[in-house]
Amino acid sequence: MTPVATPLFFYMLSGIAILGGLLVITRRNAVHSALALIVTLLAVAGLYLMLYAPFVAGVQIIVYAGGIMVLFLFVIMLVNLERTVKQRQFNRIWPVGLVASCALLALFLSVYEKGKSLFEGRPVPTLTEASNTQQVGVLLYGNAGQIGPYTFAFEIASLLLLVAILGAVIMAKKRI
Amino acid sequence: MLQALHSFIGHDAPGGTPGQANNQLWALIYVLIIFAGVSVAVMAMNWLERKALAHFQVRLGPMRVGPHGLLQPIADAVKLLIKEDIIPDEADAFVFWIAPLIGLLAAFTVYTVVPFGPSQAVSDMNIGILFMLGVSSLAVLGIVMAGWASNSHYPLIGALRSSAQMVSYEVAMGLAVISAILMTSLHGLGLYGVSSQSDGTGTLSMIGIVQAQQEQHVWFLFKFFPLGLIAFVIFAIAMVAETNRAPFDLPEAESELTAGFHTEYSGLRWSLFMLAEYAAMIAVSAIAVTLWLGGWLRPFPNLLSGPTWDFIFALFPGLTFLGLGAVAFLGTARMPKHPYFKIQTIGLAGFGVVLAGIGVLLLAVPIAAKVSNQDFLNRSTLALMNVYWFVLKVALFMYLYIWYRATWPRYRFDQLMKVGWKVMLPISLGVLIVTAIVGVIL
Repeated sequence: MTPVATPLFFYMLSGIAILGGLLVITRRNAVHSALALIVTLLAVAGLYLMLYAPFVAGVQIIVYAGGIMVLFLFVIMLVNLERTVKQRQFNRIWPVGLVASCALLALFLSVYEKGKSLFEGRPVPTLTEASNTQQVGVLLYGNAGQIGPYTFAFEIASLLLLVAILGAVIMAKKRI
Repeated sequence: MLQALHSFIGHDAPGGTPGQANNQLWALIYVLIIFAGVSVAVMAMNWLERKALAHFQVRLGPMRVGPHGLLQPIADAVKLLIKEDIIPDEADAFVFWIAPLIGLLAAFTVYTVVPFGPSQAVSDMNIGILFMLGVSSLAVLGIVMAGWASNSHYPLIGALRSSAQMVSYEVAMGLAVISAILMTSLHGLGLYGVSSQSDGTGTLSMIGIVQAQQEQHVWFLFKFFPLGLIAFVIFAIAMVAETNRAPFDLPEAESELTAGFHTEYSGLRWSLFMLAEYAAMIAVSAIAVTLWLGGWLRPFPNLLSGPTWDFIFALFPGLTFLGLGAVAFLGTARMPKHPYFKIQTIGLAGFGVVLAGIGVLLLAVPIAAKVSNQDFLNRSTLALMNVYWFVLKVALFMYLYIWYRATWPRYRFDQLMKVGWKVMLPISLGVLIVTAIVGVIL
């Protein structure tokens, strides 16, 4: 698949993602924030597509936009929104937030400065679309008869998630 | 662009044959055809559902608008278009406005990867089935937003039920789909003990999945019998729950919630919800057909093979339309003879003539080719056959939907959850594991 109007789509998708992110923190209504977050997540899925990672993009849509955000909305809808919209936030923690976000920005900028030289003059490796998903599988699980480079980390992560699920069930349910 | 135009006109020009997936011009044409086709199919389904439900219950169903109520969907559409569009005072106007559009968008976007034939598709995405699952999981957002934005109790309860139900059944559905995808890479023994020689790799592409079934000489429904069948049944149950249809239509249960999540909607917006629901029903049926029922492949390609059987199966599309025409003529003959019904009788006869004419045309092409000793399975008849078998299989599913609705009472919500988590999920997990083990052993 040949790329189509790459810079245009890149700036469009990033613009949408940033706009969505801004809306998430500026809306007073929690449901509006959640909807803006969905827009951001979908724009990020589009960015993954532009990086020739269709599998990651598909999983992003299924897991985040289709799964997690639906649960978010499910919970938010049960909250009495009328009161929360009118209420003023009483604990003023914005100085802490400001410091934290500035530190994060500084971290990003320093990573960008340090890592810029890594990418210069080097062509970005692109996989053909057909073998992309297969390559993800080979990296995670390994080829027939051998272990892939990330198999161990992947299995550890799966185990952690399983433990988290069991823990959530046990904590939420008194009698099993 | 010029090359695309060239390849569009000349069949064998570089850039592919006409109708090849990923050919932009044909993709555009398919998008238009699918839009029109699905909208017409939804209208036909609307009529068929009312009529079939009525006959299940020994009623007549719509009879007044047109002969046997054939023009009823058009009358309904006109009524909905000119109805007043009400947005409740306390509603969240923007979310209320955008909710039906999101549902519609999700339902129609799925069709970009539906393969009507080996080259009759809008696009052949490498992540086809993943894309389909992702986009159809977005449909629930439209319902949730509609229920919340209405700012009313019944819609909110409907939306909550809907999101809980769709998230639960998506799990079993996804696991059933994975076991079908697994089968693309495991070829063991096919239905007739025919095993393909090539070392197949798994694929997520919708066209690739059907081609894998062709290569392995077996529909995945019958593969590793009964594993494929169990996975298919799980999917068939989950897809009814995903589309909020009876017996899982709790989000819009009219006896408890008035109309569920679309209680506050009226006119055009309400009709968009209906359009989205029916379009989603057709779309998930298309997934089931692609994954388990061999997509565009005709039945019995191994048992009844050879040019004679190919020719007989090539006559099926024409015979179907002739049959429909015959039904219309039967209806014409049984029309009351009173002068009041004169126009309706003429209309029904005209409808029958059109159907029979299409049937004769479809029969004439392969017969003429056979008589003049040419290849009757040339490119255009082959395309027609592919689309015919695909649409026929999907149509069977649509009839099943109506049948379910007429047969089963609605589930209670806790029963629904119990079935989803305690029955379907373990079974689909078990099928997945056993499929993997059997595939490695055989």
